[in-house]
Amino acid sequence: MIKFSKQQLKIPQMSKPVYLVTGGMSKFDRAIPEKRTEELVIDAFLEAAEFIKKSPEELKSYIHSCYYGHFADHFGDQLLGEAVIHDRLGLDPLGNVGVKTGGATGGSTIWEAYKAVASGYSDAALAMGWERMDEVPTDEGNHYIASAADKDWETPMGHIYTGYYAVMAQKYWQVFGKEEDSFRRTLAEIAVKNKGYARMNPHAQSPMKITVEDVLNSPVVAHPLRALDCCLMSVGASCVILADEETAYKLTDNPLLIYSAAGSHTLRVADRRNMDIPLLPNETPDQYKDLGKRFPGGDRYPGFTGFLAARMAAYYAYGMAGIVDPNEDLDLVELHDAFTISDIQTYEDIGIRPYGEGRTYVESGECYHTNPLTGKPGKLPANLSGGLIGNMHAVGATGIMQVVEVAQHIWGRWGEMHGDEAKWKLFNRTKPDDWTNLQVKGAKRGLAISHAGVGSHVTATILMHPDHKLERKA
Amino acid sequence: MSIENRGTVKVENGRYRVKGNFHYIYPNDPIRNSKGELLGVTNPRDVTHIHTYGGEAPFFENLSKGKLLATKCTNSKCDAHNSIFIPYRIHCPDCLQRCKQVDITALAQRGASVHTFMITERTGAFNTLETPIRFVNVEFEGIATILMGYLSVGEPKIGMKVVPIFQTKNPTFTIMDLSWVPKGTSESDLPEGFSF
Ligand SMILES: [Zn+2]
Repeated sequence: MIKFSKQQLKIPQMSKPVYLVTGGMSKFDRAIPEKRTEELVIDAFLEAAEFIKKSPEELKSYIHSCYYGHFADHFGDQLLGEAVIHDRLGLDPLGNVGVKTGGATGGSTIWEAYKAVASGYSDAALAMGWERMDEVPTDEGNHYIASAADKDWETPMGHIYTGYYAVMAQKYWQVFGKEEDSFRRTLAEIAVKNKGYARMNPHAQSPMKITVEDVLNSPVVAHPLRALDCCLMSVGASCVILADEETAYKLTDNPLLIYSAAGSHTLRVADRRNMDIPLLPNETPDQYKDLGKRFPGGDRYPGFTGFLAARMAAYYAYGMAGIVDPNEDLDLVELHDAFTISDIQTYEDIGIRPYGEGRTYVESGECYHTNPLTGKPGKLPANLSGGLIGNMHAVGATGIMQVVEVAQHIWGRWGEMHGDEAKWKLFNRTKPDDWTNLQVKGAKRGLAISHAGVGSHVTATILMHPDHKLERKA
Repeated sequence: MSIENRGTVKVENGRYRVKGNFHYIYPNDPIRNSKGELLGVTNPRDVTHIHTYGGEAPFFENLSKGKLLATKCTNSKCDAHNSIFIPYRIHCPDCLQRCKQVDITALAQRGASVHTFMITERTGAFNTLETPIRFVNVEFEGIATILMGYLSVGEPKIGMKVVPIFQTKNPTFTIMDLSWVPKGTSESDLPEGFSF
C-alpha cells in the first residue's frame, strides 16, 4: 500500500496567472520525405504568428525562453536536436531546454513553459514539439519505441511496446468490459468517431469513413485490440506561445487562461503497488467500496487497469482551475486515445465517469460533437481533432496539438482553421464534400490529457476563457 | 551480413577492457524521388553497446542457475517493511535502504498465477521470440508487485497457475533466460535449453 503525504497532495499555487496567446500546427503524415524537421517546426510557428496577425519577427521579439518537446533522439538520429531547431527558428541566444516524457512529451513541454511564465522567469515562452518517426522501417521503429520500456526487464521481450500496454488492455477488457461483445463494439465506436472527425481536419493523417464492423474486422494486433483501435505513427510539429497577462494582451485581445499539472507512475507496470483510490472532487469515499463486487478482479487499484498518473494530473489541475465536475465545468476534451481501450480507462482516471463505468460516456453519446441518440450537441465532445487514432501521434507534438485544437474551439475559430480550402490544397488533401464544421458552440473551457505509454507520465492542461474563470476552492 | 571478430568486454582493475569490433561500417546510398531528384541518404550503422547490471547482476546470474531472486525491505521503520519486490529492486522505493536478497524459486515453483496476459503477432526489430508472442504478468502469493514474462508452452488465461523455467543451457544472461509454463507441463515439452 502506498500513501501520499499532505505536502505531496498540495494543489499547486502559481505566482501569477498564465495565458495561452496562440498556437499552430504543421501537416501531419506517416512520412514527409520532402521536408526536414525544422521546416515542419517553422510551418507550425508561422501558423501561430499568422493566427494573431503578427509577423514572425514581432512574435519572436516577445519570446524569452523556449521549451522543446522531442521524445526520441534515436528516431531523429540527432542528439541536441533542440539546438538545431532553436537556431533554425532564429531564437538564439535565449535559454532553451529539451523535454522528454514519452507520449506525454507535448504536455510536459507546455507544463515547463507554463511554470516559466507563472514564476516570472519569462513574460512569454515558446513550447514547440515535434517528432519524426519516418526515418526507420516500422519494425525498427517498434524497437525504438520499446526502448522506452525497461531495457533489462521488458524490451528484450519482443521489442514491442504495444505488447507491454496490451496486458493492461486485456485486464480491463476482462474485468471491467466483462468480455462483452457490446463493450467490444463500444471500443470500435471510439475508432469510428475519431477517424470520422479526422475527415474534417486538413492536418490529419488518417481520415476514414468507417463502421464498427470495419474496426471489428481489421487485423488483430493484440486481442482484444485490432489495427483500427490503435494510434498512428507520425511526423509533424506543433507549438503554443504562453505569456503573463500584460504580455498576452499586448499580443492579442483574446488570450485564454491556461493551467497545467503533471502526474507519474512506475515505468514498469510490474512495479505498481496497491493503494486506495485517490478521489477527485466529484467522487465520494463510499462509491468504490463495492467495486470489486460489481467487477470481480477490479478491487486492486491501480492494478493493471487504472492510470494513477492521469488521476493525479487531473487532481492537481482541477484543483488549480477550480473544476469540480469535468462534465459540468468543461465544454470539450482532447484525450490521449493511444488505443480505444486506454481512452475509456482515461475517462475514469480523470473523473468523466467513475471507475468501472467509462464505457457509458461513449454509449450515452455525450462524447460526440452531436449526440447520435438525441441529435443535440454532445455534453462533453472528445477528440474532435481526430485524436491519436485519426489525426496524428507525432509524439513530441501530440500534447501541444491537443491544446491548440481545444483553444481554437474556445476562440470560436475552429471552422476557420479547418475549413479553409487553401490549407487543404497546401497539404495536398481533398476537402470532403460533406465537410462539417465541428466547432463546439459557446465553448468556454476545455481540457487536454497528454499521456506516456503504460502511464509513466501524464499531464492535464486546462484552458478557459477569462470571462468564464472558475473560483479555486480553498 | 556476417559479423567477424565480434566485440567482447571484460572488467579489469575497475575498467572495461574491450576486444574486437564494436562497429561495422557499411557504405551509404542516396534516396531519390520518382523524378530522380535527390531527397536524402541512408545512414547504415551497426554498433554494440556495453551495459552494466550493477546491483541487479545477481538476479541475472542466478537465472542461469535456475534460481529466481527477489528483494525485500528489512527496515522495520519503513512503511514497506517486509514488502517483497520482483522486478528485483536494489533499494527500497520508500526508505531507499538497500534491500535484502530473497530466493523465491520455491514459492514460484509452487505455482504463481497469471494476473493478465496478451498475445501478439507483432514484434520489433531484434526480437528473438517466436510469434505469436504470449506475455504473462505473474502474481505471487505475498509479493507486492506483478512480474512480466513470456509463456513458452500453452495458451494463457487470467488466473491460470504457471511455474518458472530457466535457460540453464547456453544462457543469455538476460531476462530472456526466464520463461513460464502452465503448472504440470512435463520437462520434455520445454523449449531447447530450458529446465525447471
Ligand atoms: Zn523500505
